[in-house]
Amino acid sequence: MINKVVANAKEATQGVESGMTMMFGGFGLCGIPENVIQAVVASGVNQLTCISNNAGVDDFGLGFMLQTKQIKKMIASYVGENDEFERQMLSGELEVDLIPQGSLAERCRAGGAGIPAFFTPAGFGTEVAEGKEVREYNGKPHILETALTADFAFVKAWKGDEAGNLVFKGTARNFNPMMAMAGKTTVAEVEELVPAGELDPNEIHTPGIFVQRIFKGETFEKRIEQRTVRAKQ
Amino acid sequence: MALDKIGIAQRIAQELRDGWYVNLGIGIPTLVANYIPEGVNVEFQSENGILGMGPFPFEGEEDADLINAGKQTITNLPGAVYFDSATSFAMIRGQHVQLTVLGAMEVAQNGDIANWKIPNRMVKGMGGAMDLVASADNIIVAMMHTNKKGESKMLKECTLPLTGVGCVKRVVTNLAVLDIVEGGFKLIERAPGVSVDEIKNATEGNLIIEGEIPEMSL
Repeated sequence: MINKVVANAKEATQGVESGMTMMFGGFGLCGIPENVIQAVVASGVNQLTCISNNAGVDDFGLGFMLQTKQIKKMIASYVGENDEFERQMLSGELEVDLIPQGSLAERCRAGGAGIPAFFTPAGFGTEVAEGKEVREYNGKPHILETALTADFAFVKAWKGDEAGNLVFKGTARNFNPMMAMAGKTTVAEVEELVPAGELDPNEIHTPGIFVQRIFKGETFEKRIEQRTVRAKQ
Repeated sequence: MALDKIGIAQRIAQELRDGWYVNLGIGIPTLVANYIPEGVNVEFQSENGILGMGPFPFEGEEDADLINAGKQTITNLPGAVYFDSATSFAMIRGQHVQLTVLGAMEVAQNGDIANWKIPNRMVKGMGGAMDLVASADNIIVAMMHTNKKGESKMLKECTLPLTGVGCVKRVVTNLAVLDIVEGGFKLIERAPGVSVDEIKNATEGNLIIEGEIPEMSL
């Protein structure tokens, strides 16, 4: 067993530098690495390229790193919940590359799987296809999308063991497994950190080979973005 | 009388068939889940990673780790499954999902759709919409026939940046059910009490009218 455990978010983010490319798992605020985000904010690095499906909200998630202007470029599929983001984008302070959600997921997966590029029908005939090779397969046009990798991938899991094996809960899985694969250094923060051997190998979602550092998150707020309920009958 | 959002959702629910996996977009499409016809079993897929999505939770039972693509708290139904985003879009691109229902700002008579961007005004991103419209065999658009100024959203050509080309098969609006066919929008049904002339006046694209047009039954 190769032990990947580090003490905390600060230790887990050793080596982050200005100008790096970083992936952040999560969908909306669900399954985001809350503790690492605070550590990256505290580190003061800037000029970052961040890859994440969303950009947080004004006062949570990647929104913190927008407030501190640490992000130079954002690669995402949907950024509609964040006024500061919109302001920085429309004023030209922030570079933004919006890409279809399925292409974003597959580009991360491909990056981790050693596939440099692939053809997809998503985005053909739209702004997304500008400058991209088009090829027809089965009578249908497809565009060439390239793989994404990152200096650091930051993911969040429910449970993890000392070997870096991860189990996710509910829809908090989302982009985390693919980003774990695509990071040169992948850091996992977990709610429960257990000794090797405690997780059932049949039920592990992300094998520890994709994870270089793991730690138990200090605190998890797990903020809900849209609280929708129904009345009890 | 023109339909409201619930009426549009009720009419689209009539399109559901037993055994289908269905992806519902944000807004009116989400409401379709409330009107599944008797005897029809469908499963709802949400692209953030769940099949077998259930209704909103009871108050106090919300789980931050269980949301839909609109980031709303949800529940799961027996037989539900969670998966990662790459698997989710494999289901979508691989055409394992039988029906996609989504909203739009504009639809053109050749099946083009625009729903993700208003240049210099609103840039939220396309989310999963481009993957969905490029892949699904069966796409129904739920929308209002005209905008707040009364201008048609059923156009000869889209004016906004496209989400997908030639992909829409059917549109259900507050006024009508329209199919995209060679040459334009074919009028299939009228909303209760709405005349063919009203629909004609609200449609900028070419409207094809053949024979008597029946009223929707809701």
